[in-house]
Amino acid sequence: MTTRIVELRRGILKKNDELAAGLRARYGEAGVLVLNLVSSPGTGKTAFLEFTLRELRARGAKVAALVGDLETDNDARRLAASGAPVRQINTHGICHLDAEMIDKHLAGWEGVTLGGLDYLFIENVGNLVCPSSYDLGEKIRVALLSVTEGEDKPLKYPTLFNSADAAVITKMDIAEPCGFDRELALKNINEIRPGIRIFETSAKTGAGMDEWLGYLAEARGMSLSS
Amino acid sequence: MHELSIAASIVDAVTESAAAYPGARVKEVRLRVGALASVIEDSLQFCWGITVEGTPLEGSKLVVKILPVVSHCAPCGKDGELESLQSFRCPHCGEPATDLRQGRELEIDSIEIDEVEEKV
Repeated sequence: MTTRIVELRRGILKKNDELAAGLRARYGEAGVLVLNLVSSPGTGKTAFLEFTLRELRARGAKVAALVGDLETDNDARRLAASGAPVRQINTHGICHLDAEMIDKHLAGWEGVTLGGLDYLFIENVGNLVCPSSYDLGEKIRVALLSVTEGEDKPLKYPTLFNSADAAVITKMDIAEPCGFDRELALKNINEIRPGIRIFETSAKTGAGMDEWLGYLAEARGMSLSS
Repeated sequence: MHELSIAASIVDAVTESAAAYPGARVKEVRLRVGALASVIEDSLQFCWGITVEGTPLEGSKLVVKILPVVSHCAPCGKDGELESLQSFRCPHCGEPATDLRQGRELEIDSIEIDEVEEKV
């Protein structure tokens, strides 16, 4: 018997990374800007997305959303009220979306082709840990944080906040009664992801949403020209 | 808690690579895991024991090497290891660390196997 060391040097999530690279190429060819929304459960991803879908449609953009949850299609039904095509992904216990789930749900989506879209939003499973490891081929990863969660959330979950391209603070309309320390929250986000774009929003009052929608249009323009 | 999926992916990858050595027994699987990879070693070790049961990797040891986050600082021109994940700043000059060169790795470095020698 001989003992031998075999060098493998391969990524553990290689399969996911390869699928994600394929998706990224398809998004690019189709000219659709794809965003992956990640937060804790209860941050208000769905309300934020409802507002975003409705407003983008009102401005003439073609939008669609994939929404991940362990169970139920409640979020898909809420989002569909915006008039945009929405497809629910039930992970049945898995704590994150992966590239294969996205690939499967893009296939056979009635009435939706990537080429027919300007924006595709992916609402991930509510979780601040696991989604950070799984690339979905998105152009922009958005980390959301609500004013009720505590200003130190970015410090507690640095792996996710550091992987984000944009940060959104939700429920700003109740910041004051919650005793939300805005300066501290902004400082903490910047400490974990220096220089990141931060949007302070309320899906209830519409505060900060113009700036967010402007950012989306700008990001789409840049991804088309690059 | 996605360590179970990670463990399953490792078992698949190693089983595939070890197939090139028929009859060999995998003794050790060595990983390189960045501090920003969102993988907790204790959870992974726990899941490893469950995942390898009944597979050719049963009884193998998982060795995890954690890699610190390394940033390259454009203002001072130096590379440096971040002291903690609470502040992304260059350890030399304190400027914000935006160019990370290490810390997100999640890979199988190597495996140690016992090969069966062919009888002549």
